[in-house]
Amino acid sequence: MSSAIEVKSAAKTNPNINLTLPDSAEKEGSLKTKFSIKNLSAWFGNQQAIRAISMDISEKQVTAIIGPSGCGKSTFIRCLNRMHELVPGTQVEGLVKFDGYNIYDKGVDPVLLRRRVGMVFQKPNPFPTMSVRENVLAGLKLTKSEQIKRAPETVERALQQAALWREVRDRLDEPGAGLSGGQQQRLCIARALAVEPDVLLMDEPCSALDPIATARIEDLIHGLAESYTIIIVTHNMQQAARVSNRTAFFLLGELVEFGKTNQLFTAPKDKRTEDYITGKFG
Amino acid sequence: MSHSTLRRKLAERSFIGLCIAAVALPLIILIVLMVDVGIDSIDRLNWSFLSSYPSRKAEEAGIRPGLVGSVYLIALTAAMALPIGVGAAVYLEEYAKRGWLANLIEINLANLAGVPSIIYGLLGLKLFVRTIGLGRGLLAGACTMALLILPIVILASREALRTVPLSIREGAYALGATRWQTVSQVVLPVAFPGILTGAILSVSRAIGEAAPLIVVGALAYIAFLPDGINSPFTVLPIQIFNWVSRPQREFLDNAAAGIVVLLVTMLLLNGLAIYLRNRLQKRRYW
Repeated sequence: MSSAIEVKSAAKTNPNINLTLPDSAEKEGSLKTKFSIKNLSAWFGNQQAIRAISMDISEKQVTAIIGPSGCGKSTFIRCLNRMHELVPGTQVEGLVKFDGYNIYDKGVDPVLLRRRVGMVFQKPNPFPTMSVRENVLAGLKLTKSEQIKRAPETVERALQQAALWREVRDRLDEPGAGLSGGQQQRLCIARALAVEPDVLLMDEPCSALDPIATARIEDLIHGLAESYTIIIVTHNMQQAARVSNRTAFFLLGELVEFGKTNQLFTAPKDKRTEDYITGKFG
Repeated sequence: MSHSTLRRKLAERSFIGLCIAAVALPLIILIVLMVDVGIDSIDRLNWSFLSSYPSRKAEEAGIRPGLVGSVYLIALTAAMALPIGVGAAVYLEEYAKRGWLANLIEINLANLAGVPSIIYGLLGLKLFVRTIGLGRGLLAGACTMALLILPIVILASREALRTVPLSIREGAYALGATRWQTVSQVVLPVAFPGILTGAILSVSRAIGEAAPLIVVGALAYIAFLPDGINSPFTVLPIQIFNWVSRPQREFLDNAAAGIVVLLVTMLLLNGLAIYLRNRLQKRRYW
């Protein structure tokens, strides 16, 4: 599969990406860049899902990706941990630098990359054969990590971080799939955090949850941003406004605008962004 | 009540009646057969029938070699067919690339599952008994039976693997698990109860088969127990067939008793497998 990935430096130029790239260099000089993406394109078979995306994502910030359904948001973040290529017939082009290294270089093992770039999915997907405890430890057990020796500490830390510890500490040996939907999603967050990644990708993590569970996850994201780089895909603009430092607006596979969340929602530079956030389409 | 409502109710009633008849007919036939076999076998079903060897005298003949032979054969067959079948299913479902070759294999598997068992017997005779030179023993019989049930095991296991949702696999990949780690520790445990159901069905089929074993060389009259994997052997269906084809009336009672033993053996084996499956299913939530 990985051999199918070609990295071409000469990517097509895209007239729609004329906007100024993030001004983080000047205004947020202290922030390190975690992901530097240049001309990233991805396909499903013959269909192009994202077109020549270029953006820099800062460390220990929450970056939200918004846009209407089918605009390539999910595909984009699935390119950041190389999950996109797991689907047969897909293709990726362009450059994704993670801490300065191109993750699509030949020598990069996607399996090792995914241990540093964790992911939470749209629908909670706890492993059905495992208890709460086993679910949290699944990443360590699956990958035979040395860290499994400190299992009790890891379980408590990860569940604390996911704000689930108090609710499940007496139910650690009960099935993970027996928790409520919101708890399951936080269990999946704990599972991702247990392997101590640098980055947490969240693919519409609240779309299957009720407003209360959503609020809990949003609170959680705030806290996690102190130690993790978080990239969250959402079709909910209020959510993006609430949780993120910076927001990117995608449309039809292209990055239309990327900037500080405040600025993007109050003074969008692009007419299409304005139309979208004022509800003219989408 | 208007006329049309009456007609609709009548149509509904008659359809339900038809469905009940469709269920009742096979059940009644089955019960009649069971009762008939039960009555015929009642005089012969005792401990000495289970522990005796076949004899020229119907009242002294027993089923011991057939019973022991059947149990050995099924154990050997399952030990060969289940690991290979599950392994093949895992490869086809999780590793193999989709394409014309995968489609060809798929069609062939479905066809192989429907090939008459006597054909497998002939294949077993040529391949295992003659070419490989296993002789007409237990091992050759078990190999033939394993071939016979392999397509069913593979098809059922693939079906079970397919029911494991993509989101579960993606969850494992996203944690940095390799394909093998994902398959062995996440996907297989979820699919296991389904795989075991397929195993139960296929083993049940093998235990009732006589035709391929007659071809491979299982004997009807045997006065000893198998003492090794190449030993001559017999199985319950062959012993039953032998008794049925004798002219004396008394042997028919022996056959009836043999049928009861075969049914009970099959139910016990299936019960064991179902018990195991339910235990494992419960363990999903521990």
